[in-house]
Amino acid sequence: MELLTVSNISKSYNAHQALDDISLSIPHQCIFGLLGPNGAGKTTLIRIINRIIRPDAGRVFLNGEEMTDGMVRKIGYLPEERGLYKKMKVAEQLLYLARLKGMSARDARRKIRFWLEKLELSIWWNKNIEDLSKGMAQKVQFIATVIHEPDLIILDEPFSGFDPVNADLIKNEILELRKNGSTVIFSTHRMESVEELCDDIAMINRSRKVLEGSKSEIRNRHRTGTYQVDFKGQLQTSGKVKISSMEALEGGLTRALVKDPSAQNPNQLLQKLIEQVEVHGFAEKIPSINEIFISNVK
Amino acid sequence: MSQIPIIIQREYVSRVKKKSFLIASIFGPLFMAAVILFVVFITSKGVDQKNILVLDQSGYFTEDFVSTEEMLFEKAEGTEASAKDLMRNKGYYGLVYIPQFDLDHPGGYTFYSSSNPSLSIISKIEQVIDRRVEDLRLQQSGLDPVIISSFKVSTSLKTLNLSETGEETNSSSVAATIIGYLAAFMIYLFIFIYGAQCMRGVIEEKNTRIVEIILSSVKPFHLMIGKVIGIAGVGLTQFLIWMMVMFGVTTGVSAFFGMNQLSPASTAMTDPTQQGLSNEMVASALTSLGAIHMPMVVFSFLFYFVGGYVLYGALFAAVGSASDTDQDAQQFMLPVTIPLIASIISISAVLTDPNGSIAFWMSMIPFTSPVIMMVRVPFGVASWELVASMFFLIGGFLFTLWVAGRIYRVGILTHGTKVNWKTLARWFMTSA
Repeated sequence: MELLTVSNISKSYNAHQALDDISLSIPHQCIFGLLGPNGAGKTTLIRIINRIIRPDAGRVFLNGEEMTDGMVRKIGYLPEERGLYKKMKVAEQLLYLARLKGMSARDARRKIRFWLEKLELSIWWNKNIEDLSKGMAQKVQFIATVIHEPDLIILDEPFSGFDPVNADLIKNEILELRKNGSTVIFSTHRMESVEELCDDIAMINRSRKVLEGSKSEIRNRHRTGTYQVDFKGQLQTSGKVKISSMEALEGGLTRALVKDPSAQNPNQLLQKLIEQVEVHGFAEKIPSINEIFISNVK
Repeated sequence: MSQIPIIIQREYVSRVKKKSFLIASIFGPLFMAAVILFVVFITSKGVDQKNILVLDQSGYFTEDFVSTEEMLFEKAEGTEASAKDLMRNKGYYGLVYIPQFDLDHPGGYTFYSSSNPSLSIISKIEQVIDRRVEDLRLQQSGLDPVIISSFKVSTSLKTLNLSETGEETNSSSVAATIIGYLAAFMIYLFIFIYGAQCMRGVIEEKNTRIVEIILSSVKPFHLMIGKVIGIAGVGLTQFLIWMMVMFGVTTGVSAFFGMNQLSPASTAMTDPTQQGLSNEMVASALTSLGAIHMPMVVFSFLFYFVGGYVLYGALFAAVGSASDTDQDAQQFMLPVTIPLIASIISISAVLTDPNGSIAFWMSMIPFTSPVIMMVRVPFGVASWELVASMFFLIGGFLFTLWVAGRIYRVGILTHGTKVNWKTLARWFMTSA
């Protein structure tokens, strides 16, 4: 069964249609990339899942049950526009947010200690947020998102503003959370950041869903039979072999993208290439998510 | 719903723990006590005592000019011109010149002064002369001075409230006025201070962007209610602390002043009859204080304080949700607070006629009732009026909470939009 099912959600603000009949299904224990350019409607969809705003039409199910207000406790949400009370102490703030998520004060304190230690913030527990660096404040926000051990974690543009060290730290935490049974929705317009993390993706463009599926399946589906070849010598267009780009590398090597619709398998193409040049490297060029996205919205 | 107490707790604790709360708790009443002391000091001291020469050429006024706190009389001899010189050279404030005059046609008195004399000085001097001339003329007509003095009366009106059941109680206009005014002003002040705190709290949550994190656990309306109630608790706590500090300070001060009044030095120079009169007034004010139903005043104060604050606090929260900065909020502040300002302005009209129609209607309308009803309660208000007014106030704040909640839930997530009244109306109408 799916963890989260979004069915036929529509939402409009005044004359602007923010979401147009969006349906998604997100399996258990996966990292799900919700992709799309700025203004596509990602944040609106996330707010609807979190019941911060209500859709005009459509329904949301968590674990097969239609969402109610009480069920938002099973979700942890890190908004894109996020902040904390500046004049509140780190531990107090976490305790407050955890209790709002329904945790008992006792459980919350235990988990706060655990997470502050894990993210190396222990000595800061009694400091005001305004005394923390931006990176440390972001770690606190991350703790607030996951402290109540939600089934579903929604991270809206989680890496915007994170320095590379912290971004890496958070990436590892996300992977660990999935290993421990959580499902993560990951919303971003920076496709390259999800390339390695996501299992499944959906793309939204101009309030409509344009693509959905597992990352590998989507990438396979968008294969064009193009190969990247590094070689020495002169490569000419011959027969069915088409060269789409060529660039000089160091050490007298040249890199080209080649394609041969007549070839049954890579070996046939490789044989044709060997006849012309000295091949140093040969690999299939599988399109990146970014390229797939761009080709889909064109 | 279960999260509202957690929100109330945070809003309350985070404010009460602040240093500014402690400072306001201690220095607020001290400041007010200082103001009251200053007023008491000024009024008890009265005006500077003025040295006034009396040149009586008629010989009628041998002992009529008795010094008071206001005026110190000194007899002068000689001619009018020499007395004028004396006044100028010795720095006297004024000179009462009474020439020889015919008792049948009294007149020709002059008051010279170094600056324009106050009306009270003139009327007091006139009074002294009139009384003496009256006495002399009565004596001239053959009446015994003893009989004359026995005719003299000094009236002090005793005022009593006659209730419908025929019970008589001391009426207490002076005390009721003071208590009503103070209570009304406190409510006005508290609504403003804590309403503004409510607004700033909302703007803070909006600006720091913590609001979206909170809204993923809590309904916007619950967050707003929690904030409004939490801050009401801060206001009540502050009020209780003020009352305790004030009580301590006033007890101390009145003990000090009470002792001072008994000391002979301060009364030596003053007119004994006047002193007696003012003591009598103090005594009557004190007994009439007993006529005011104090538990009712305290209960009403707490009710109108909370009710009025919630009514306006909700509106202030809505204003905060529509603003990115304090400056943005200014444009909505004035219209929201106009009824409050109108009620403060109307207090004097209500005091002149505490049971008139202005007083009645303004204490029924929930936007003005917290201030106006507090003015009226010390004078005694019919129970049905009080119940109706409280009922309307509850209805009023439920209404403003509802309106504010609808604006708040949209405003709190809207950034960087120029908001005007039309926008607010549109947010109010939005379905979700």
